[in-house]
Amino acid sequence: MLTVNNLVKSYGGAGRGRRRGGRAAQEPAPPRPADGARVFAVGGVSFEVQDGELFTLLGPSGCGKTTTLRSVAGLERPDGGTIALSERVLFDAARGVDVPANRRELGMVFQSYAIWPHMTVARNVSFPLDILPSSRRPAKDEIGRRVRRMLEVTELGSYADRAATKLSGGQQQRLALARALVIQPELMLLDEPLSNLDAKLRESMRFELKRLQRELGLTAIYVTHDQSEALVMSSRIAVMNEGRVEQIGKPRDVYTRPATRFVAEFIGTSNFLEGVVASAGGGEVCVDTADGRLVCRGATAPPAVGSPVLLSVRPEALSLATDPHPDAVNQWSGEVMNRAFMGDAVDHVVRVGALEIRIRCHPTQSLEPGTRVHLAADPDKVTLVPTA
Amino acid sequence: MTTTTRPPAPTLPSVPRPRPLARLRDRFNLQVLVVGGAMVVVGYLAVVPVGFLLHDTFIGSRSELSFRAFGRAYGAGSQAGTMMLNSLAFAFGSAAFALVVGATLAYLQVRTDIPFKGLLFAASLVPLIVPGILYAAAWIFLGDPSIGLVNTLVFKPVLGASPVNVYSLWGMIWVQGLHLAPVAFLLMTSAFRGMDPSLEESAAMSGASRRTVLRRVTLPLLRPALVSAALLMFVQSLESFEVPGLLGLQNGIYVFTSRIYFVLRAFPADYGSAGAYAVGLLVIAAAGVLLSSWLQRRGGHATVTGKAFRPQQIELGRARPWVGAGVVLYFAVTVVLPVGVLVYASLLRSYAQPSLKALRGMSLHNYGEVLRLPIAVTALKNSVLLGVGAATVVMFLAAVVSWAVVRTRIPGRRLLDLLAFTPIVIPGLVLGLALSFVYLRVPLPIYGTLGILLISYCTRYLPYGMRYASTAMTQMSKELEESATVFGASWWQTFRRILVPLASSGLVAGWIYILVVSFRELSSTILLYSPGTEVLSVLIWEQFENGQLTTLAAIGVLMVALLVVLVLVAHRLGARFGLQSDSSR
Repeated sequence: MLTVNNLVKSYGGAGRGRRRGGRAAQEPAPPRPADGARVFAVGGVSFEVQDGELFTLLGPSGCGKTTTLRSVAGLERPDGGTIALSERVLFDAARGVDVPANRRELGMVFQSYAIWPHMTVARNVSFPLDILPSSRRPAKDEIGRRVRRMLEVTELGSYADRAATKLSGGQQQRLALARALVIQPELMLLDEPLSNLDAKLRESMRFELKRLQRELGLTAIYVTHDQSEALVMSSRIAVMNEGRVEQIGKPRDVYTRPATRFVAEFIGTSNFLEGVVASAGGGEVCVDTADGRLVCRGATAPPAVGSPVLLSVRPEALSLATDPHPDAVNQWSGEVMNRAFMGDAVDHVVRVGALEIRIRCHPTQSLEPGTRVHLAADPDKVTLVPTA
Repeated sequence: MTTTTRPPAPTLPSVPRPRPLARLRDRFNLQVLVVGGAMVVVGYLAVVPVGFLLHDTFIGSRSELSFRAFGRAYGAGSQAGTMMLNSLAFAFGSAAFALVVGATLAYLQVRTDIPFKGLLFAASLVPLIVPGILYAAAWIFLGDPSIGLVNTLVFKPVLGASPVNVYSLWGMIWVQGLHLAPVAFLLMTSAFRGMDPSLEESAAMSGASRRTVLRRVTLPLLRPALVSAALLMFVQSLESFEVPGLLGLQNGIYVFTSRIYFVLRAFPADYGSAGAYAVGLLVIAAAGVLLSSWLQRRGGHATVTGKAFRPQQIELGRARPWVGAGVVLYFAVTVVLPVGVLVYASLLRSYAQPSLKALRGMSLHNYGEVLRLPIAVTALKNSVLLGVGAATVVMFLAAVVSWAVVRTRIPGRRLLDLLAFTPIVIPGLVLGLALSFVYLRVPLPIYGTLGILLISYCTRYLPYGMRYASTAMTQMSKELEESATVFGASWWQTFRRILVPLASSGLVAGWIYILVVSFRELSSTILLYSPGTEVLSVLIWEQFENGQLTTLAAIGVLMVALLVVLVLVAHRLGARFGLQSDSSR
């Protein structure tokens, strides 16, 4: 189990970074002075990764996800916080503990794969074992056995003696994985491992990676900016923004119950409505908006009556009809402004009062712009987003 | 699962603080030792000689600031004015000549369909293969007023006079310019290749003729490259000792370098005025280099990119055979004649004009003589030792330093980078003088040994080594190293097993380059060698001073053969290692 607690890393702490220029330093710093004049790449990030989990750090570029991952790897030196793997403290700013990257015994897959071009496929995989001190290094044939097994798992068995540069993109990606797995690390770090593949291959590698992770019972941290990748692969997702964790949860929860406006906007698309709580109780919250009263269900902590709230409704949670629904709870009427054929769906933009609401419909339903329509939303699919 | 999960602050298992000794070891690990050591060595090499030079020139042994040495060197009766004018005329003339020849050939090579492109490439290797001292010696055989072949075979029968005199300012400019032209050729070739041809094509589409395009578009775009190449060659000519030493001393045509050599060889040697001349030369050379690099940085206006284009080649049409003949003539004059005359002279017991009698008397006698010469064996051994030693030390230093500069955030790395490049502004003769100041006074048993030559070579070639090494380091993805670290490799393991093999093409190329240029080094060696530490170039110089021209030719031919082998090996290695250099992505 990995525990990261209150990790802090500020920009411009250049002199303190250990031996490597961090990639974070090259990304544009978000202009958000916190704690006085300091600007944080990572501003107090905490999370736990359970054994066997694939834990994803998701966010836009510059949100601090890569800096967080590199801090866990030991390639970046945070300014504060703690990182511990089970009983082993890897980093503790307060006590001056900082285990060097080469003694953390983690596996990592880099964005560029970082396959060493001067070695064969097998030598790439055996490297982590070859460089162990002789007291801990397995015997030669044991190394060979383990390398072969890793290559078989990643379906590279027949390429062992090839030059690593002769592999295709997908094969290089699997080789990077095999190399990271060969020391059977307690924790795997994956830094946007699929971003260099073309779209088709990326899709199939998602399932491939997920399969390997399950079969081998890996614990992994996965960094990506691709929300659909995160939803498909993760056990849990931490959505990050401007150096902070906005929400941690299972993919379904993060999608259907976004904790903040940022999460709702970043993952999928959403319609937002502002309003004031009219009543709350019995698992239902009624909210008065400029365009009428909306009911939402399933809020965990109902807000106080009279407090301002934000409602989020996904486009596919809305239905569209030319006649009013006889028994729908949440209903508005409006006028179709625009529509777009998406192949597997038709998106309509409907003006309701001052709002423009996006609705995703079945491809058979397509309404002319100018049509008067009625919208309805299932109360279970209307989400209360805390505004503070 | 609730919508928001902010994990509680976990309690950390307690771990004992690392013991002080372990922390000390962590901080003073191998990386710090190696990088720190490299910093000390680089600083020492770059700073100490110049410091001593300035101190000894301005302050001297009386430990008070004085300009007496400058008075002696530049004052009335010193003919310093003529000397400086000669220097500037020589340097400017050689640079202009080399640039016109080199740029024209580069344009023809890249932009037209001239025949014999291979010949031009072969000619561009001449400065590497034929050291300056040999080139100057060869032109003595060709352009001497009484025995020069150009006079005796061409002008005397036709004009009845011998107008060519290589022992003149024009002669010096001719030889130096021809020797430098390939450098200009290579610089301008890459500038032409890096220029987007669509810039010229769009001018042509607007109706401009080929000449107008050249004058109004091509040349203005290339001006920064031209000016910086010109400055580079100006500085190189200014620093050159071989040509002024062999051709100028004869008739008392002094330039800075030969003047320094002259006042040091006079009795008693005037170290003060030598220092004063050296400081003057240093200032001009440094200004030239700084101006050149400033122009390069500023003047690239994004049109001349690093990207290689494959421009449409201009068809020369009917002019093609004539231009082709010109290329052949150029190759004959710059390569075949000088090397040929050396081979010819090396086969004669005593130099004579080509005739049946001379041809009949040809033998390998001189070669036998050279091989029996004990000093020749010493010189060869010293040259090899110094070349290999300097190449190894420099490339190791350069690898460590450029790694520290490119990959780390060690404070002071910018300064380190600057220091490692400083020697490029120090002319060889100035460095030689400065080093003799240092080791005549510092009580280290280095003066008069091979050690002082090794120090001098390492200092001179460190900037070149840095260029090779830092190019190799920047081309390599950082993640290749980081992955090794994550998989448990220590700094030294990463350096040895990942970094060095991946950078090897650049490092090996740099190593061979330094080996090759070490073999021809004369300008600092000439002031630092002593009996027993002669090298090949000094051996050639001594043969020249003793008038043993045919022995000189034999040594020269052997040296050229050796360098040809080295350069060929370098090319082969470059091709082998080059394959992997950019395949990391």
